Amino acid sequence: MLVIVCPYCGKRPEIEFSYGGQAHIARPAQPAELDDQAWAQFLYMRDNTKGLYAERWRHSHGCGRFFNALRDTTTDHFAATYKTGEPRPDAPPIATPVTP
Amino acid sequence: MSLQRFSALSLIRRAFGRHESWQPQWRKAQPKAAYDAVIVGGGGHGLGAAYYLAREHGLTNIAVLEKGWIGGGNTGRNTTIIRSNYLFNESAALYDHSVKLWESLSQTLNYNVMFSPRGVMMLAHTVHDIQVFKRHVHANRCNGVDNEWLEPEEAKAFCPPLNIGQDIRYPVMGAALQRRGGTARHDAVAWGYARAADALGVDIIENCEVTAIRRDAAGALESLETSRGPIRTRKVGVSAAGHTSVVMAMAGVRVPLESYPLQALVSEPVKPAFPCVVMSNTIHAYISQSDKGELVIGAGTDAYTSYTQRGALHINTHTLDAICELFPNFRRMRMLRNWGGIVDVTPDRSPIIAKTPVPGLYVNCGWGTGGFKATPGAAHVFAWTIARDEPHPINAPFTIERFRDGYLIDEAAAAAVAH
Repeated sequence: MLVIVCPYCGKRPEIEFSYGGQAHIARPAQPAELDDQAWAQFLYMRDNTKGLYAERWRHSHGCGRFFNALRDTTTDHFAATYKTGEPRPDAPPIATPVTP
Repeated sequence: MSLQRFSALSLIRRAFGRHESWQPQWRKAQPKAAYDAVIVGGGGHGLGAAYYLAREHGLTNIAVLEKGWIGGGNTGRNTTIIRSNYLFNESAALYDHSVKLWESLSQTLNYNVMFSPRGVMMLAHTVHDIQVFKRHVHANRCNGVDNEWLEPEEAKAFCPPLNIGQDIRYPVMGAALQRRGGTARHDAVAWGYARAADALGVDIIENCEVTAIRRDAAGALESLETSRGPIRTRKVGVSAAGHTSVVMAMAGVRVPLESYPLQALVSEPVKPAFPCVVMSNTIHAYISQSDKGELVIGAGTDAYTSYTQRGALHINTHTLDAICELFPNFRRMRMLRNWGGIVDVTPDRSPIIAKTPVPGLYVNCGWGTGGFKATPGAAHVFAWTIARDEPHPINAPFTIERFRDGYLIDEAAAAAVAH
């Protein structure tokens, strides 16, 4: 199970959280002006990156707030978590995994 | 390479030679400089597509590129359930096409894929389940797909280990049974297709990872860069499961996929104790018994996208909670192994088998948590699509453009769970 650092509550087990998919996808300001192609891109197309991925999580069984995280999808190690509205951090050094 | 046919007679004959005269079942092919078509991904779907391209469309100067070993991805990681009781007409046609091919696959390939139509029973635990399953039963029958409703006592008669007592958290309120459904030996499917394709001249190239896709000035497909050198080809079929997004990105094509770890586990082997396949979507239990004796148990997907081929233990324990309630006689079974596979999930939980915006590039993906059952059918229509540059009527609705045009095949909403 992942250990996730909520920016508001600190370190908590994964089962307290729900996943929100790719982060930084802004709803179009003028949806009526979008053509079908652009609308499909917004609704359905995701980067599905193999590597460092910016994604949304919600601390649903804690503070209930959404936040963003940078996670390496090849290792599942979190590089950073940050509050919604803050810009994606420049690829920070990935913390060495702690093995017991 | 001529095929050494398997039969009782050939087995006896070679027994006299101490079984030392068997040939390898396929060659260790070296990549050539150019092919008429290349399949990326050596799982059941990719190998099957190569086989049908060679057998039904006469394309024999083709190759299957596999970055690891054949059948080492999701083909070797799934729980081998085969069924076609999907709600919508498009899905029923596609999955039932597959079931029909499964029924004769051992004879077609001269390879025992151990297809066992032992029946797939899906349990209902709520009033909503009952309504949804009965709707499925009627829709399936309209489409010529067998499916029948069972009361709890009938379900118990079909699967004696089932607990239909009222004293559990989610009592069994009935079940939908597809008798033509069942299981098959997953490795044998990959090996059987590989052997049959190889005999038709297909090069099966393992340890060969595609690193780039090159396009010509007009944007059409021109060549592949691989870890074993460049390969010129005008047609490429991508059948790369969880890594489809990665491969398609090399050609600049975005696909509506997210890759999740899906977990499964097996118990220690025991005597035959479980006669069929039982699925409970509502409380997330998928169980059958392999011919080797292990209980084969499907767990759920992890919550987050990942390429790690492993997941968290709480996903497995959640499934085992449900198994122990439904089948109390398994409470003291010990689990032997658990593992994960990376599945590519579409927003509507239906696959994509289609042409792409890049001429010469085709994709078979988005099978999510249920691609094994579709192996022969998907491979068959994918080969058609590649050979003729147009979809087979069965896979015509399964395009990428359906997400733009609003023609979703929303099995996700139909089942309300991963499937």
